[in-house]
Amino acid sequence: MIPLLIGITIISFGMMHLAPGEPSVVGNEFNPKVSSDDIERLRVYYGLDKPLYEQYWNWLKRLAILDFGNSFSADARPVLDKITERLPVTLWISILAMLLILVIAIPIGVASAVRQNSWFDRGMTLFVFIGFAIPSFWLGLLLMIWLGVNANLLPVSGMHDYGWQQMGFIEQQLDLMKHLILPVFVSAIGGLAGMSRFMRSGMLDVIRADYVTTARSMGIAEHSIMYRLALKNALLPIITLLGLSIPGLIGGSVIVEQLFSLPGMGLLFYEAVLSRDYPLVMGITVIGAILTLFGNMLADLSYAWADPRIRHGGK
Amino acid sequence: MMGAGSIKAVLTKSPLLTFGAIVVSIIVLLALFAPLIAPYDPAAINVRDILFPPSWQHWCGTDTLGRDVFSRMLFGARVSLAVGFVAVGIALLVGIILGSIAGHYGGRIDAVIMRLTDMVLCFPTFFLILAVIAFLEPSIWNIMIVIGLTSWMGVTRLVRAEFLSLREREFVLAAYSLGISSFQLIWRYLLPNAIGPILVSGVLGVAGAVLIESGLSFLGLGVQPPDPSWGNMLTEGKDNIQIAWWLSLYPGLAILITVLGYNLLGEGLRDIFDPKTAKR
Repeated sequence: MIPLLIGITIISFGMMHLAPGEPSVVGNEFNPKVSSDDIERLRVYYGLDKPLYEQYWNWLKRLAILDFGNSFSADARPVLDKITERLPVTLWISILAMLLILVIAIPIGVASAVRQNSWFDRGMTLFVFIGFAIPSFWLGLLLMIWLGVNANLLPVSGMHDYGWQQMGFIEQQLDLMKHLILPVFVSAIGGLAGMSRFMRSGMLDVIRADYVTTARSMGIAEHSIMYRLALKNALLPIITLLGLSIPGLIGGSVIVEQLFSLPGMGLLFYEAVLSRDYPLVMGITVIGAILTLFGNMLADLSYAWADPRIRHGGK
Repeated sequence: MMGAGSIKAVLTKSPLLTFGAIVVSIIVLLALFAPLIAPYDPAAINVRDILFPPSWQHWCGTDTLGRDVFSRMLFGARVSLAVGFVAVGIALLVGIILGSIAGHYGGRIDAVIMRLTDMVLCFPTFFLILAVIAFLEPSIWNIMIVIGLTSWMGVTRLVRAEFLSLREREFVLAAYSLGISSFQLIWRYLLPNAIGPILVSGVLGVAGAVLIESGLSFLGLGVQPPDPSWGNMLTEGKDNIQIAWWLSLYPGLAILITVLGYNLLGEGLRDIFDPKTAKR
């Protein structure tokens, strides 16, 4: 896991620094007040005058003690502070989206498999294809127009209404929920389609398995076979899929947060990239990669926990 | 592989494939002949016709500079398809080369390549794409290259898996025993037998690339205005969300239909090449 992480940082560090346009130069090229001496001073200040491998090594050394350096932006605050204050928004939206995916997709997938080729199944297949193909930001825009602008039901941007500070605790939570409904739904739509499809085919595989036929021949009620035996076995692969969906959710946070003007990590990354804030970009990339690896590890562990065959090292 | 008769049978049996193929061909034709079909010049600014809602004169309305949205969408189709094809071409090239090497040689080379693949797979690729594009200056060429270079992993795994199973087959052993070179073996025997799944993942890849391009352009890091792309037209839709719904509705619908078409085509092809899943 550690070598994987180091590999990721080398790739991002290299790509970022090899690209033309340094932060000390960008925005100052045509400014007559900034002499070449000033630019040189800025480069020394940011450590950009040293060779690339030395810059990387210095960055890695500081990373080992969780020092991500200071942002290149005017406030020059520690990168870690900037990220930790933005991270909860992204995490909450991702977690809520994942819960929504699980709660909706599993019943849909199971019901489609149990009633294969019924009208419900066909309708859900259509939904899945549209869910795969729909650009999430477009869905977001349409919902904003429909529910936000025309019906005036839901807020279209930000986390809080005006006067949030004056509200009581309950009111504040309700307000927050109202602001999160659209972003969570929009983040979830792609995963929703994928997960219900996956659940359906997993369930179909299990239904055709020999032990299900055996159970039938033993006269066990169809209901018990489906919801006790088959469902449990079909649920296993879902755990892995959840772990794999993390990069998508984190990557998607850029678009969703930009669309709804939510102050999360995705929006921070977008701003950092535009202003070439190297330490901040690297910091968020590392945190994103750690979250992803962590998710994968968690998925592996819970898979082992749920499946005795893996726990005991057999095949 | 299959005669004309069986193709006909497939078309009637697999409505997915037929529908997908029709949608994709229509969009490709619209994109190819955009200059002939477009009722207006997509770049023509007309200050008297600003923000007209859809009508018989302007089927999809006009934008904030009075340009015809329908004409701009036709030219946007060219951008989307060009990005889709070139990006997938790059991804297939990288994926086939790496996958062939890993699958054919095995051992340590295989281990290194598969590690690399795993590494890129668990990377939040959209972050990487964003960072690279922003640092390289957004342009259509950079987008094609970056999308291509971040979406080869699936193809690599697929080609490797196909090769691993083909390696045990008798015709490959026969070719081996005749002393054929590795390159010849890969090029003449292994790749042609793996072409079905590669084609499927290529078609599905176009859909993915179109989606990524529209997302990038929407964020302002893709195709730059005044060149029309479905993504950057939606940015304008977002800026005028209170007053002009048609700026948001139509370009997104174009993306949805295009991606849906390619996905259906890909799924349909998969059913043909892999009859095991077709019965589902």
